[in-house]
Amino acid sequence: MSKRRSDWQTRPQARIRKWFQQGFTALDDEIINQISQQTIQQPEVSQMMEAQREAMDTRRYERSLALERLERHELQAWVRTRGRKAIGRVYVALALAMAVLMIFFLLETVAHMPRFGDPNAPVTNEVTERYITRGVEETGAVNIVAGMILDYRAFDTLGESTVLFIAASAVLILLRIDRRKDGTPVQELIAAESDDRHYEPRADRILQGSVMVLTPIILLFGIYIILNGHLSPGGGFSGGAIISAGLILYLDAFGFDKAGRFFTYKTFAWVSFFSLSFYALAKAYSFYMGANGLPSGIPLGTPGAILSGGLIMPLNIAVGMVVSCTMYIFYALFRKGGL
Amino acid sequence: MSLVHNFPFFSILLCMVAGIFSSMLKKEAAKWVTLSVSLGVLVLSAFTLHLTLGLDDNYPFMMGHVPAPWGNEIRIGRLEALMATGVSAVLFLSLIAGFYHAPAFVSEQKTNLYCIMVDLALAAVLVLIYTNDLFTVYVFIEIMTIASCALVVVRQNGHTLVAITRYMIMHLFGSGLLLLGIAMLYGITGHLLMEPLGIAVRQLVLTGQYNGPLTVVIALITAGLAIKSAMFPFHGWAPDTYAFAPPLSSAILSGIISKAYIFVMIKFFYRVVGMELIISQQVHQFLFICGVAGMIIASVLAISQRDIRRMIAYSSVAQIGYVYMGLGMGNTAGVEAAVFQMLVHATVKSVLFLSTYELINVSGDRKRFRYLHGAGYRNVPAGIVFTFAAMSMVGIPFTGGFIVKLNLAISGMAFGGWVRALVLIALAMSTLLNAVYFLHTVVSIYRRPTQELVYPAVDPMPRYAAAAMLASLLLIVYLGVGSEPILQVIETGLKTFS
Repeated sequence: MSKRRSDWQTRPQARIRKWFQQGFTALDDEIINQISQQTIQQPEVSQMMEAQREAMDTRRYERSLALERLERHELQAWVRTRGRKAIGRVYVALALAMAVLMIFFLLETVAHMPRFGDPNAPVTNEVTERYITRGVEETGAVNIVAGMILDYRAFDTLGESTVLFIAASAVLILLRIDRRKDGTPVQELIAAESDDRHYEPRADRILQGSVMVLTPIILLFGIYIILNGHLSPGGGFSGGAIISAGLILYLDAFGFDKAGRFFTYKTFAWVSFFSLSFYALAKAYSFYMGANGLPSGIPLGTPGAILSGGLIMPLNIAVGMVVSCTMYIFYALFRKGGL
Repeated sequence: MSLVHNFPFFSILLCMVAGIFSSMLKKEAAKWVTLSVSLGVLVLSAFTLHLTLGLDDNYPFMMGHVPAPWGNEIRIGRLEALMATGVSAVLFLSLIAGFYHAPAFVSEQKTNLYCIMVDLALAAVLVLIYTNDLFTVYVFIEIMTIASCALVVVRQNGHTLVAITRYMIMHLFGSGLLLLGIAMLYGITGHLLMEPLGIAVRQLVLTGQYNGPLTVVIALITAGLAIKSAMFPFHGWAPDTYAFAPPLSSAILSGIISKAYIFVMIKFFYRVVGMELIISQQVHQFLFICGVAGMIIASVLAISQRDIRRMIAYSSVAQIGYVYMGLGMGNTAGVEAAVFQMLVHATVKSVLFLSTYELINVSGDRKRFRYLHGAGYRNVPAGIVFTFAAMSMVGIPFTGGFIVKLNLAISGMAFGGWVRALVLIALAMSTLLNAVYFLHTVVSIYRRPTQELVYPAVDPMPRYAAAAMLASLLLIVYLGVGSEPILQVIETGLKTFS
């Protein structure tokens, strides 16, 4: 007689289960064991038919399998419901403890750092000194910050504008809903457009009236900040953000149809392409000349005049165009997945 | 300064301009531009390597017309040139082998955006390899993070969205730690360029000033880069990302991009804080323990996978563990072995991901092992390439993996006591575990299918893709047979690295 699974009642798993359900004591268990073993041995084996024995065996096996399956199912159900919840709580508690610990350590560290604005701090060294004392003379920009980011450390700023460009491209990959090859819109696009029409009613006279007044002023202010980037606080990044705010305001008030007359996807693509390639190529020229010790031949002009600072003003314009287009396209993509 | 001195700058610029131009190109043109850019970078880097082999020391290159502490600078030595050459060669071969199946994952109108991501990721990797400025490191790590997210999410289904969310959270956390570390380091030293930083850090250690913040800075930057390169306890983002991304993206992500972070870490250790400080602060022991744990635990996790791509992703985590074990030994021989492992792993893992795609493709797009039975006969070149790459992973002689394990064991022998024991035991166990799951995979792709499955007929792999995979195979064998000159370059390069 095969012994497979004949011990299904005495397995630890089953015993624990029984203990859970009925609260057996160990003694009871022992007695049950003895009884069940006796009952197994009791039948007179020799008198039973072989087929009957087989059938009994199979029945017992099937029953044990079913029980096992049930146990597994219960365990899984527990893991899925309460177990997962418990683990989740432990996880949250640990994460909170970790975060508090981290906050404590970082605050402790900051307390040991040199004080901000301290004249004896390590930050005031020959690097910053040259930016301040010779910055105007070397870059031609009165705004030292513009001179630093667009002349001394222009490579970092090229990277920063590329971050904007690549972020716009990544959002395009994620959110742009493409038309079919023959130009017909896909179902998703139609749904997105109807959603947009539904949630953004725009026959608001007050909004439209004030936008008519405000948008030109905002745009002019942005342009002013970009063009004056080398003379006063501001520059491409801040001016571009202001221009895009004006454009988004206009879009909100008048909708995609009217805004689409002067700003489509093609506008975005061409503007960012031209400004970024201008930036990259102009700076490449400047880097190449500088690294090889050749004169770049770019006049610095008189500091303080609008046409001064060498490449800084054109670069500011390029950065401003990239920033404004990128932020505008972000808004459009998040709103309905395209322009 | 000759024209060749400019080549690293040209290669960076080439990638960035190609990325910008790709936004205006049509699908096919963008693909060709990306391919030729990677070839161009390969050629330029090879010339640079040739140049630096003739120089005694590394040389700086001004990125601007103002010298270094004020302006930006890149610094080119033979180690950097070797890494750039290796990375661009791997990328070139992966693109040839993987570009043809892009339409299966990338919608047609977005192919040029995908090409932008590949170009800019290569640009960022090159900048991270060459740069000498910590803030430039941060800026280009940002570019690399966004590019890798886009490389994954270009295949839009639920799996990639979940995977990329996890990826984003972990990577942004890593970037945040890195930025905090850089800002604090600037606060206590006043520099961002690596050489003056190194001098200032040594000064701080001597005077005992700001030693607490310095320790925190080292911890933050190491942890940030470790999270981003999938070091073992921080590998949570890796398996799903590698398993569900388009195969070409997986090859680029695990083969090339994760290496750039580790290279930055080596640069930070050697140039900025100095290995002596790392050893006296016990950072190397943390890396060593994590490396050893990763080698073993990630391999065990790989064995338990039923999906072949997840298995390879876990094996990638285990292989990163080798790098960190070498780095964590703290001696020059260990770091050399780690750098060599980076090259080997870049080559092997990218071709492993691409050949796995071919095997999956001929099995009716099913990734479970039982459906892969006989896949090695249905696509013969992919089967051969997969088998050889698996052999390299296990560390069979005449492949790159063997040299790595040999060098790690030799550098471990330099220590006494528990480090030596741990190195040898970890190598032995990891080799055994690698053998278990790769042997299982190789056996299952050459097994007769037991189930009566109908495999749909697919277009055969193009000849050029097969040729590129076989070229990668030759590269693996070359790394195993002709490793001596490369190891020499790494050895002499590390001497002049700091």
